[in-house]
Amino acid sequence: MRIEIDPDICIGAGQCVLTAPGVFTQDDEGYSMLLPGREDGAGDPLVREAARACPVGAITITDG
Amino acid sequence: MTETVSFPQDRTCPYQPPSAYQPLRAEGPLARVTFYDGRSAWLVTGHAEARALMSDPRLSADRMNPAFPITIERAAQIRRTRTPLLGVDDPEHNTQRRMLIPGFTVKRAAAMRPQIQRIVDGLIDRMLAQGPPAELVSAFALPVPSMVICLLLGVPYADHEFFEEQSRRMLRSGSAEEFEDAREQLENYLAELISGKEKKPGEGLLDDLIDDQLRTGALTREDLVTFALILLIAGHETTSNMISLGTFTLLEHPAQLAQLRADESLIPAAVEELLRFLSIADGMVRVATEDIEIGGRTIRADEGVVFANSTINRDGTAYASPDDLDWHRSARHHVAFGFGIHQCLGQNLARAEMEIALRSLFTRIPDLRLAAPAAEIPFKPGDTLQGMIELPLAW
Repeated sequence: MRIEIDPDICIGAGQCVLTAPGVFTQDDEGYSMLLPGREDGAGDPLVREAARACPVGAITITDG
Repeated sequence: MTETVSFPQDRTCPYQPPSAYQPLRAEGPLARVTFYDGRSAWLVTGHAEARALMSDPRLSADRMNPAFPITIERAAQIRRTRTPLLGVDDPEHNTQRRMLIPGFTVKRAAAMRPQIQRIVDGLIDRMLAQGPPAELVSAFALPVPSMVICLLLGVPYADHEFFEEQSRRMLRSGSAEEFEDAREQLENYLAELISGKEKKPGEGLLDDLIDDQLRTGALTREDLVTFALILLIAGHETTSNMISLGTFTLLEHPAQLAQLRADESLIPAAVEELLRFLSIADGMVRVATEDIEIGGRTIRADEGVVFANSTINRDGTAYASPDDLDWHRSARHHVAFGFGIHQCLGQNLARAEMEIALRSLFTRIPDLRLAAPAAEIPFKPGDTLQGMIELPLAW
């Protein structure tokens, strides 16, 4: 699984962090980022829910 | 065409959506409604359609667009002035929102939890010391978020009676004149506060915005005042209503309350479910800038769109048994905070406040009960944020 966050679209709502805190975090400016070592989603079943929770569709998941 | 339903409608039970929107769902996810001025617009009641439309860039939040629908007479003047943040589209909106994001992250909300807990405990101490009965809105539901937003912004809480009263006049007064007068008074107050802070800086988000955005020329003084106005009102009115209505709803659902008392780890899920179930903010408005095909309908350019969040969040295709208050469901993906680029900036702070306020209230006052028959307790009319006007409690 590959997870991409578009920093130009992200509005810092933090919904990914709230939904899948084991994979996503926010930097000091509020933008979402992936936790180090979790770039592949670490098998967390909530990653897809987190992408769906993003109010602006900034998270793209590619399988494989 | 059949006769259209007028918008907004009052609730008949404070925690249930207005029953008048219910038949509209039979017409599909979008139906026509009429406003006080005789103009009509689309009312969205479907969950999937709401999420799609709330994030559709072809719907504009620009209130200066002459086609922008006005749902409430007292707010008729909003078309005359540009409203930053709430009333602008991208890319302008994006630039403004980015100035505020760092103050409202999940981490910042978590860092405020000890301060929120102290505020909540102090107010409960006072309620207990004074003894029953208590009126929860004035003793707790309003002061908690008011004190928290003051702390966050750097606004002196000593001025709370003034700004709470002006907010009330903006959100609940009958006339456009009163709405405008209240807004002017708040703007003058905040402009003075900001000038004072420029001379003698304090600690808070407004001070940060003065340093980082006003002094650098990224933000005008006028827009900073409006930012402050929006954050101050949104910061205390919404959460206050959720605390008062949430408390009333829990007391009216003893089985669900007992589950929470037995297992505090359910509280975050309960707050999410209460947000979905209560959906206190109906009536977010947009105007189409292009034709949009959705839910078997065509929204034409220049037509208005209104979102009935209370009904959207009870959509049976999104939530099984949507009218049940159930801590064990996933209430995720509700639109109580909106969706799309304008989704509530303060939602993480609001969640923290609700969790701490409700948990502490029911833990520290275990035998809390209504001090009047439920049917006699006054709640707010449909033309504003939903919540209790008063909530008399005893223990």
